[in-house]
Amino acid sequence: MNPEKVVFGFFIVLALTLNFGFFLGEIDDPDHHHVYELFAVVVVNLIATILKLGDRSQMGAVLLATSLVAILQLVAATLIWVAAVHITGSGLTPVVTASIVSLSGGALLANVISVILLIIETTMLRR
Amino acid sequence: MSNIVFLIFRRMRRPLITLVIVYAIAVLGLVLIPGQTESGDTWHMDIFHAFYFVSYMSTTIGFGEIPHAFTPAQRLWVTFTLYASVIAWLYAIGNIFSLLQDKTFQRALAESRIARHIKSLREPFYLICGYGETGAALVRGLTDAGRHAVVIEIDEFRSNLIKLDGLREHVPVLHGDARKPRYLRLAGLEHPQCLAVVAVTNDNDANLKIAITSKLLHPRINVICRADSHDVEKNMASFGTNHIVDPYDTFALYLATALNMPCLYLMQNWLFSAGGNQVLSEPVYPPRDKRWVICGYGRFGKALHKRLVEQGVEVVVIEAEPEKTGEPRDGVVRGRGTEADTLVEAGVERACGLIAGTDNDANNLSIVVTARELNPDLFLVVRQNHSGNRSIIDAVNADIVMHPSKIIADKIRVLLGMPMLHEFFTLAKQLDNEWACELISRISALIGGHTPRLEQIRIDAQQAPAVVSMLDRGEAVRYGELQRDPWQRENPLQCIVLMLRHNDKQVLLPLDDTLVREDDRFLVCGPSSNLTRLYWNLQQENVLRYVCTGRVHYQSWLWKSLFGRD
Repeated sequence: MNPEKVVFGFFIVLALTLNFGFFLGEIDDPDHHHVYELFAVVVVNLIATILKLGDRSQMGAVLLATSLVAILQLVAATLIWVAAVHITGSGLTPVVTASIVSLSGGALLANVISVILLIIETTMLRR
Repeated sequence: MSNIVFLIFRRMRRPLITLVIVYAIAVLGLVLIPGQTESGDTWHMDIFHAFYFVSYMSTTIGFGEIPHAFTPAQRLWVTFTLYASVIAWLYAIGNIFSLLQDKTFQRALAESRIARHIKSLREPFYLICGYGETGAALVRGLTDAGRHAVVIEIDEFRSNLIKLDGLREHVPVLHGDARKPRYLRLAGLEHPQCLAVVAVTNDNDANLKIAITSKLLHPRINVICRADSHDVEKNMASFGTNHIVDPYDTFALYLATALNMPCLYLMQNWLFSAGGNQVLSEPVYPPRDKRWVICGYGRFGKALHKRLVEQGVEVVVIEAEPEKTGEPRDGVVRGRGTEADTLVEAGVERACGLIAGTDNDANNLSIVVTARELNPDLFLVVRQNHSGNRSIIDAVNADIVMHPSKIIADKIRVLLGMPMLHEFFTLAKQLDNEWACELISRISALIGGHTPRLEQIRIDAQQAPAVVSMLDRGEAVRYGELQRDPWQRENPLQCIVLMLRHNDKQVLLPLDDTLVREDDRFLVCGPSSNLTRLYWNLQQENVLRYVCTGRVHYQSWLWKSLFGRD
C-alpha cells in the first residue's frame, strides 16, 4: 500500500462527497445550502488540485484539468455569494441561491469525472 | 520545458497544501469563535471577512482588528494562527528559493533554454561535439566565416569558456555527454537545418558512439569524425561516416606532398588557412637526398615512417620504449632523442631532415635544439601538442610545425564549408609539381596583394538564375564568357575556375570554351571584388547576355522603342 495513494484518493473522493452534500437540496432554498459546507468544498478541492500537480502521465493531466474546472466553478460560486451578501447587500434571494448551487453542480460534475478517472486508473492497474 | 514545470509542481505540492490547510484552519477558527460588537452584542465573523483578515494577517501586513475590536478568545486564536501562517509562508517561499538554487533544477533550466534556442534556429548550423583545442579552433573558423555552430561539451568549465572566446556569432553550448543520444537530440541532431555532425572529442570511443548515433537517428546527415586509431576508423567507416580525419595520417600525407610537390603544399597551406588574410608564404623545400631521422615511433611516427619509406627516403627511427610502440623492420635507435649521443648514433650529422614527433612538447623542443647544434643544416619538423606552447615552438623557428588540433580543425572546416577544395587537392596530388607551381604563380599574379577568396557555385535557379534561364532557352554559355567583366566584356575578370564537377565527373582548370551545363558545380578563386562581378554575370540576365554576345538587351518599353534593335 502506498500512503501517497491513500491521501490522494481520500481528498479526491472527499471533494466529491462534500460537493454533493452542498449541492443536495432545493436549488433556490438558501436553508438547504450552508456557507460552511461551501467553504469546506473549496478548501478540499484546492488540496485535491495541488495533489494532482506534477504528474506527468496522460491520466494525471486529465485529472488536473477536471480539478481546475471544479475550482473555477467553485470560485465563481463563492464570488457570487460574497457579492450578494456583502457587496450588493441583496442577500441570498432564490435567484442568487439557484445560480450558486448550479455552479457548484457543475463543479460536482467535474468531481464525478475525476473520481471516475481515478476508478478507471485503479482498475487498469495490473498486479 | 515540461520537465521543469513538473519539477516545480512536484516540489511545491507539500508547501502549497500546508498553506491551504493553515489558511482553512485559521479562517474556520475565526468564523466559529464568537466576537462582540461595541454595544455588547454577540457577533460572528463571516467566512469572507475571516479570509480577508487571515490574508493580511499572515502576510504580516496587519490592518488591525476589523470590523469590531476582538475579544480575548479571538486574540488568542489570532496569535496562534499568526505564527502558524507566517511559518507556512516562510516554508513555501524557502522551498521555492531552494528549488531555484538547486543544481539539478538549474541544469534542467539551462538545458531547456538551450534546447528551445536550438529548436528556434532558422539558419543552417553544424553540430560540434567537443570543445577542446580542435573544437575551439573549428568553431572559431566557422563563425569567422559567418556560419553557425552548436556545441556539446562534457566539461562544464570548458563549456562556460566559450562565452569568453568572443566569437562573431552566438554559439549555443549544451553542457552534456554527447555519447548520450538525448543530448545529441537536444542539440538539434534531427533539426532540419542541421547540416553536419562533427565529433572531435578527445576520446576515440566517444567519437565512434557519436558517429553511430548520428547515422542511426539521422541516416542522411553528414558525419565527420576525428579518430586516432585505425581500428576505430574502420568501425566508423562501417557505419557510413562521411569523413574520418586522422591528424597523424593527414599530416604524414601533407609532409609527403611537401616532399613531392612543394608548390601544391604551399598552395594548400595558403587556401586552407582560416583567417583568409594570410599572405602567400615562402615555399618550403624539404630535402630528400639524404636520410631523415624520426624521433618517436608512436601513431605520428608510424604514419610518417610509412609515408617517407613509400617516397623512397632513407629513414632512421629513435624511440625510447620500442617494447610498447613496436618497431619498424630495420630496427630503432633506443633513446629519447633529447641527448646528443642518441642523435649521433642515429646519424644526425649525415641526415638532411629531422622530425621531433614525441607527444611531449618539452622533449620535442629539446630534440630540435640539440639536433641543430649537431647539424645546423637540418630541415626540422616539430610536433606541437598543446596550443598553449605556441610561442616557444615558434621561437625555435622550425621549418614545419605540426599541430594536430589545428590540422584537424582546418581540414574539417574545409570539408564542411568548401568540400570542392578538398576534392581539388585530392585530384591535384596526382599531377606533377610543375603544374602546381605554374598554377600558384597564376593565382598569385591574378590576386596580386589581395587575399584570395574561394567560392563554390552551383548552376541552379538559386545561385545562377540568369544562366539557367539562358540555358533553358537553348542558348550556349561558356565558362570563358562567365569570367568576363560586366562593365567591359573585352577584359577578363581576375578569377580562375579551379575545378568543375558535373555529376561525378571532375575537371581541373576547365578551358574557357567549356560549355556550362545545368547542375554544374565549380570552384572559383579570386579577389572578392571580382567574384562579386562574377555573381552579376550569374544572376542578371541582361548582364549575362551582354558578356556573352556583346549586345545590350533592352527590357523596358521606352528603351526598346527608342533603340529597338534588340
